[in-house]
Amino acid sequence: MCLALVCAFVAASGAQAQQGPLQITIEEGIIKPLPFAVPDFQAETGEAGQLAGDLSRVIAADLQGTGVFREIPSSAFIANYSDFNAPVSFPDWKAVNAQALVTGAVSVNGTSVNVKFRVYDVVSGTNIGEGLQFSGTTDGWRRMAHKVADEVYSRITGEGGYFDSRVVYVSETGPKDKRQKRLAIMDYDGANVRFLTDSSAIVLAPRFSPNGDRVLYTSYESGFPRIYVLDVGSVQRRVLESAEGTMSFAPRFSPSGNTVVYSLSQGGNTDIYTMDIGSGQSVRLTNTPAIETAPSYSPDGTQIVFESDRSGSPQLYIMSAGGGEARRISFGDGRYGTPVWSPRGDLIAFTKQTSGRFHIGVMRTDGSEERLLTASFLDEGPTWSPNGRVIMFTRETQGEGGASSLYSVDITGRVLRQVDTPEGGSDPSWSPLQQ
Amino acid sequence: MKFLPISLLVAAVALSACTNPNRFGADDALANPAPTVGTPLNGVGTGGANDPTSTAYFNQTVGDRVLFEVDQSTLTAAGRATLDGQATWLLTNSDYQAVIEGHADEQGTRQYNLALGARRANAAQEYLVSKGVPANRLRVVSYGKERPIEICSSEACYAKNRRAVTVLAGGQTS
Repeated sequence: MCLALVCAFVAASGAQAQQGPLQITIEEGIIKPLPFAVPDFQAETGEAGQLAGDLSRVIAADLQGTGVFREIPSSAFIANYSDFNAPVSFPDWKAVNAQALVTGAVSVNGTSVNVKFRVYDVVSGTNIGEGLQFSGTTDGWRRMAHKVADEVYSRITGEGGYFDSRVVYVSETGPKDKRQKRLAIMDYDGANVRFLTDSSAIVLAPRFSPNGDRVLYTSYESGFPRIYVLDVGSVQRRVLESAEGTMSFAPRFSPSGNTVVYSLSQGGNTDIYTMDIGSGQSVRLTNTPAIETAPSYSPDGTQIVFESDRSGSPQLYIMSAGGGEARRISFGDGRYGTPVWSPRGDLIAFTKQTSGRFHIGVMRTDGSEERLLTASFLDEGPTWSPNGRVIMFTRETQGEGGASSLYSVDITGRVLRQVDTPEGGSDPSWSPLQQ
Repeated sequence: MKFLPISLLVAAVALSACTNPNRFGADDALANPAPTVGTPLNGVGTGGANDPTSTAYFNQTVGDRVLFEVDQSTLTAAGRATLDGQATWLLTNSDYQAVIEGHADEQGTRQYNLALGARRANAAQEYLVSKGVPANRLRVVSYGKERPIEICSSEACYAKNRRAVTVLAGGQTS
């Protein structure tokens, strides 16, 4: 799956690169998705035929899945796209109501793949940005498609993309009382699932390192919950230091990747600690008889948001990364948990339990502007897309046949989708954009 | 030393050398055979539920679990009574060790429930220790909401899932 992506400019035909009138601002919530067309990319070599079609479908699915865009089906096309370098017949695309057009060409040489593409504003008949090409290998073709889609998304929305990313999660089978859990990693869209552990011990809540090379998780391998760090490439794991008679869980990396913040239970009391991964040296950050858990760093590493029931019910608090005084930020009705700081720094996603229902919500870091994005019998454990625009979470259904699945919702709360996984899924953690 | 019910004590001592596959420290038992006093309650001990020194007896007759109210880790009166029985049994059967598992129902986040399960297990452990069970024979573990025993999503099941279960074990507690 190793993929070397080389970007190069392709001479853009016609108009200059520009910030055209085709711009969507996601902040406002997309009421009317922008219609786009991705005709199957041109196959420049004989071997590229299948791949050209497959790439185009993944690109279209990425864009469609955002809810920001709406794909015009190829059955509606008037124009017959077959030559990447031929002039685009804008009236034909206008006639089918496409506002954005993505064209491309694929060549395959052995296991090498080259993908070129251009993005057009159909209404003004101009290029949006310059043509671009990616090179890689055939087994990494989906990543190339995601790279193209990220670029298209970025050019039109002005936001960073999120499609060339992965999710580590807990893959689940079996009934609630005998559930088998193992760690799995997949592309953000559910493709390329690979298992990282077996299901001989309960595993919980994997968390990516800041560059996606390692995963922290909790395992009952020793009979007691302890924190492990796993190298994604080699699948080698090691347990982090912990004293006998203690339980440790809810780990997350600091933005530097050198420190883990986590919960440690001892004598029935759960507090938050940090540990230097290299030395194993730990520091206690909270010291109250309350439950303090689910810590998450701010993107600049200076603060930690966490949950505590020191007020009598679980609420969200922010403290300095070194510990000390914490300020409460959640004041609504109900119980708050699993806060996660957005990679943009602007919002905190959380789980809220109120009136017998669970919600995924977001609030500003001062606790203002709380918005609930989902509601169900049991939603929990949000994780942010690399661009801070989408949240993935666990939804568990009710009753004896209850099962967990992964869902995603955009921060407007309007685009809710189930993420396809081969088995049940829980506790997703979204990677940064891949390099 | 706490006062123990005579009948239980006598029976327990009588059976303490019987074979029990679940038993911890079989070698110690052989090296220090218990004095044979009294007679077994039901003929020869089998390690089954009729054998008062058996795990099955502990689980079924003494009661291996205590239940908790919603989001609480305070022991109920019934819970304390069960733990009194557990303490007596553990003091009598001193070659057993135990892991106390704390559990929560599914109403709560995974992390919070792990911490809540730790509180519950610890409440049971502290009570047993207060009744004289040596702390070094007890360990606690929280499963949070990972291992419900009842799987419906209503209070009838939740009430049974909010529990601390004393699991007799043969492992080292060091």
